[in-house]
Amino acid sequence: MSAQTGGKEQERWIYLDNNATTGVAPEVLEAMMPFFGQRYGNASSMHSFGGLVRRDLDRGREEVAALLGAHPAEIVFTSCGTEGDNHAILGTLRANPGKRHVVTSRVEHPAVRSLVRALAEQGYSYTEVGVDAVGRLVLDEVREAIRPDTALLSFMWANNETGVIFPVEELAQIAHARGIVFHTDAVQAVGKLPIDLGSSAIDLLTLSGHKLHAPKGVGALYVRRGTKLFPFLVGGHQEDGRRGGTENVPGIVALGEACRLARLHLDEEQTRVRRLRNRLEEGLLARARDALVNGDRQQRLPNTSNISFRYIEGEAILLLLDRFRIAASSGSACTSGSLEPSHVLRAMGVPYTAAHGSIRFSLSRYNVAEEIERVIEVLPPIVERLRAISPFGRGDERTWTGQAEEEHRH
Amino acid sequence: MWNYSEKVMEHFLNPRNVGEVENPDAVGEVGNITCGDALRLTLKLDQQRRIVDARFQTFGCASAIASSSALTELIKGMTLEQAARITNRDLAEYLDGLPEEKMHCSVMGMEALEAAIASYKRERGEAAPPDQAQRLAQMPAGEIVCRCFGVTDTLIERVARENQLATVEQVTHFTKAGGGCGSCHADIQAILDRVVAEREREAQARLAASPRKLTNLQRIRLIEETIEREIRPSLRVDGGDIELVDVEGDTVKVALRGHCAGCVASTFTLKLFVEEKLREFVEPELTVEEVKTL
Repeated sequence: MSAQTGGKEQERWIYLDNNATTGVAPEVLEAMMPFFGQRYGNASSMHSFGGLVRRDLDRGREEVAALLGAHPAEIVFTSCGTEGDNHAILGTLRANPGKRHVVTSRVEHPAVRSLVRALAEQGYSYTEVGVDAVGRLVLDEVREAIRPDTALLSFMWANNETGVIFPVEELAQIAHARGIVFHTDAVQAVGKLPIDLGSSAIDLLTLSGHKLHAPKGVGALYVRRGTKLFPFLVGGHQEDGRRGGTENVPGIVALGEACRLARLHLDEEQTRVRRLRNRLEEGLLARARDALVNGDRQQRLPNTSNISFRYIEGEAILLLLDRFRIAASSGSACTSGSLEPSHVLRAMGVPYTAAHGSIRFSLSRYNVAEEIERVIEVLPPIVERLRAISPFGRGDERTWTGQAEEEHRH
Repeated sequence: MWNYSEKVMEHFLNPRNVGEVENPDAVGEVGNITCGDALRLTLKLDQQRRIVDARFQTFGCASAIASSSALTELIKGMTLEQAARITNRDLAEYLDGLPEEKMHCSVMGMEALEAAIASYKRERGEAAPPDQAQRLAQMPAGEIVCRCFGVTDTLIERVARENQLATVEQVTHFTKAGGGCGSCHADIQAILDRVVAEREREAQARLAASPRKLTNLQRIRLIEETIEREIRPSLRVDGGDIELVDVEGDTVKVALRGHCAGCVASTFTLKLFVEEKLREFVEPELTVEEVKTL
């Protein structure tokens, strides 16, 4: 990682925000560079200067398919995760004109959540299934939400904020039993969890390159053979007519290489990265009082930890961490620019006293033990410093806040 | 990431006057943990009701902490009467500005100060001095408009007035009202409509009350502004334009451009439209003359 290997000592960052974006792996950067330079041909051309590029695209497609246990023909390259989600949902609705209902969850990424809300203003309807206190779905509620005109179930594989994993295989089977298409936004899962779509009932799966050490601007949508899906970008014959637009050759080559590396390192995510995450979590919980983990600690991504520090606010924590060149994120209202804390934490019923002070750490295989120890050393004093400024957390704030906490549940 | 001024970051990293005054003479508590920020202000006063010590405890983001710190620095040494005149704009200016989305932090500071002053006076059974009586007395009496954040109509109205707000979004940035479920947006708009109408009425009344007070420079500026805002857009619709050439006493000399230049109706345009507007918005004695240039 350039951030960790290059530059002077003070340039070094401890980057624990990998669910937001990841650094481009050096191998990936190397693989894509020629396609910004001399190898600029268009894969659709009749001359071999362009035509040879086709082979590189094919190789990229094979690598993505291999990571997912899919067939290369089932991979459609996109520009990002949001495009994949939009393509899956809009493409399914257009391919099933009699059906106008979508079932999804209350904790989806905005790429799904905002889209279904926008569709509700165009004659479609949706049901958002809630989650329990640790972010798990109740499958019976999913079954109850299905209607005769349900076209699609769309549930994320793993939550970006808490890392909680949904039982997508069971969800896909619930959908199939009713003749309904199943889509999963797997942007946070791909590269962190083993995935084998060959033995799965999942019809559509979205992934994004920059979450697994490829650059921004490339992603893929898996479309199971036989799935009816309208194109999202209509144009040329690229991607077998499923997605018009000249291919992003450097991006696709990069995504292929990133998927190859992810396959090699999948065990490491499950072992070394998981151990680092657990060490971080245990270290912080042991040293900072009034801290708690948000989300199911069993069914969870190996790299993600979402911790609430009660009585203080997330943006202030992040800005103080920033002084130590430690990068993380928060579900507080202030960091989003909105006035409400994270919709994911609210759906779980995390009290406001905790939601505003939530910090998400998301690791990658490029993190090392010393970085984790540094955070465990630096963060608890930051928490204490902000608690010293805060009027809460002294046991006497009930009259001031208790009532409002109840009233606010609108 | 927010673009905070150096002063905001400096006050966030080194907040002044953190904590509680012992045996405070005045206490102000606003916000709550649900809302995402809260401020507890404690004051110590001397015999002359001068603020000799001010301390704060704040739950909130960097700008909330910085605004609280700035508040205590600003009011120390002031009498209660002086402090009562502090507005959220003073706090924001002290910090070299806040991002608009964070202006509610400065409003929270102002509210805490007012709550503290009100608590002091209530305890002593004092009526507020006449100029603040209404302001203070009405604060708690207002009706809740935004249920999500518990914001009253009186606060919205006052902040909208003092900060020249024009949109619901701005009201949300300054007071949080409307930032939750959004069901109160129409109510906020109604308050805004009232405040904006009042602002325009006041502007006109000021104009009418002092028709002769303009200096020549002010007169020219106001004429240019009026042309830009009230006249030019209408002329442009018909492919015309207007240019201010000179002002001599009460005579405004203009040149018509574009389609207006050769238009037979241009005299009517000048007398019935341009002159009317200038008389309405600048001075009632003005007359308009067309001059031919280039």
